[in-house]
Amino acid sequence: MNRFNTHIIPVEFEYHEPRTIREALELLARWGEDAKILAGGTDLLVQMKMRRVEPKCVINIKRIPELDYIREGPAGVRIGAATRLRRLERSGAIKRLFPALHRAIGWMASVQVRNMATIGGNLCNASPAADTAPPLMVYGARVKLASVSGERTLPLEDFFTGPGQTAMRPGEMLTEIWIPRQPEGTGSAFIKVARTAMDLAKVNVAVALTLKGWSAFNVRIALGSVAPTPMRAREAEAALEGRPPTEGLLRRVGDIASEEIRPITDVRSTAEYRREVTKVIVADALRKALGMVRVGGGVG
Amino acid sequence: MTEPRVIRFRLNGEWVQLGVAPNELLINVLRERLHLTGTKYWCGIGECGGCTVLLDGEPVLSCLTLAVDVDGREITTIEGLATGEDDLTPLQRAFIEEGAIQCGFCTPGFILTAQALLRENPNPTEEEIREYVRGNLCRCTGYVNIVRAIKRAASEAAKSRRPGPAAGAASG
Repeated sequence: MNRFNTHIIPVEFEYHEPRTIREALELLARWGEDAKILAGGTDLLVQMKMRRVEPKCVINIKRIPELDYIREGPAGVRIGAATRLRRLERSGAIKRLFPALHRAIGWMASVQVRNMATIGGNLCNASPAADTAPPLMVYGARVKLASVSGERTLPLEDFFTGPGQTAMRPGEMLTEIWIPRQPEGTGSAFIKVARTAMDLAKVNVAVALTLKGWSAFNVRIALGSVAPTPMRAREAEAALEGRPPTEGLLRRVGDIASEEIRPITDVRSTAEYRREVTKVIVADALRKALGMVRVGGGVG
Repeated sequence: MTEPRVIRFRLNGEWVQLGVAPNELLINVLRERLHLTGTKYWCGIGECGGCTVLLDGEPVLSCLTLAVDVDGREITTIEGLATGEDDLTPLQRAFIEEGAIQCGFCTPGFILTAQALLRENPNPTEEEIREYVRGNLCRCTGYVNIVRAIKRAASEAAKSRRPGPAAGAASG
């Protein structure tokens, strides 16, 4: 069987362009595992060209207006799953409220890919290297999954179950990402190490913390490309929680994170390098996040 | 519905209508059926930018776009920018003047991407230029001249928008 890239899609399929979420879910219910959802296509179509995926039915969700939005509310921001990365990159709300996510998106692939790819696609593809996952995890994002029988939401952390695997059941579709507003005094940052500007991460890390007085609280550290799924480094977080973020402690937190990860050697990097560089970029990201803490009017 | 669907889209300013199979890629419709071979097939996986076209003004990859997906939309290819040597765009002229073309394979993608950049940000810094075109590869590695050409097109456009000191002195 052809596993090589060609300039055609050697797979025939039924094609649907639903206009509402309801229609899309009905198609999903009817086709089950034989259907694939097409959003940006920057991953799915490559997989189909190589015959790694051969769906009998393709459901294009890009023409569903109710999946394409960024809504800022008092509690946080809601993002439609089919919102393109480029739109998020241009959003003032995302840049202001979630700078680590904004940075991660701007760093991804190319402007062409960001004009096509969607945030929901990046998550559902469930790559351990997905750049939007660590920032969304440190902000405590939740995802909404819908099917013909109803909706449920879960923390993004529980969404990833393995490389390319998610908690979505057959017939379910990711419809919305919700990111809560962060407390006053929160700083956050994202750092990625990659071979070239265009490539997937060797390691990526997002951190967020809230400064109260001289101490760091709500410390969250999430890493990608270092385990079967994007992961929180909980022991590293605990080492910093409630303590003053001194230079020595930040370095120790980096060392702990480096012990916690479970990296492999693959085409992009070696397990040894990933462990080594994790020490450095976790500490760097924490320093950067501390520098991002903005103290609001009443507090300063 | 694996059978062809009729789509209609604006291509370089003119509406075209044709039947396409769901699995046909935009690049193949452009190159093989509409004979617009300026759009290049290269890596096929979204890493080189050679197949860049503008979709409603924004650069996208035609080798990872289903033709059915452009129904009702507007596509600009390199052929849509000028009809001949006499009406080249400022970017096209700048590419020639700066020697930003070696084998020429990456040129259509670079010019369309740069055009989107200048529309969005008429006066980009060198860093902003390099950042924006980072998804376009040039295997001749002529990046220095390409970046210079984009800068030149931007500064010429700026000159034509407002009279510079030279123009002011001449009129005074």
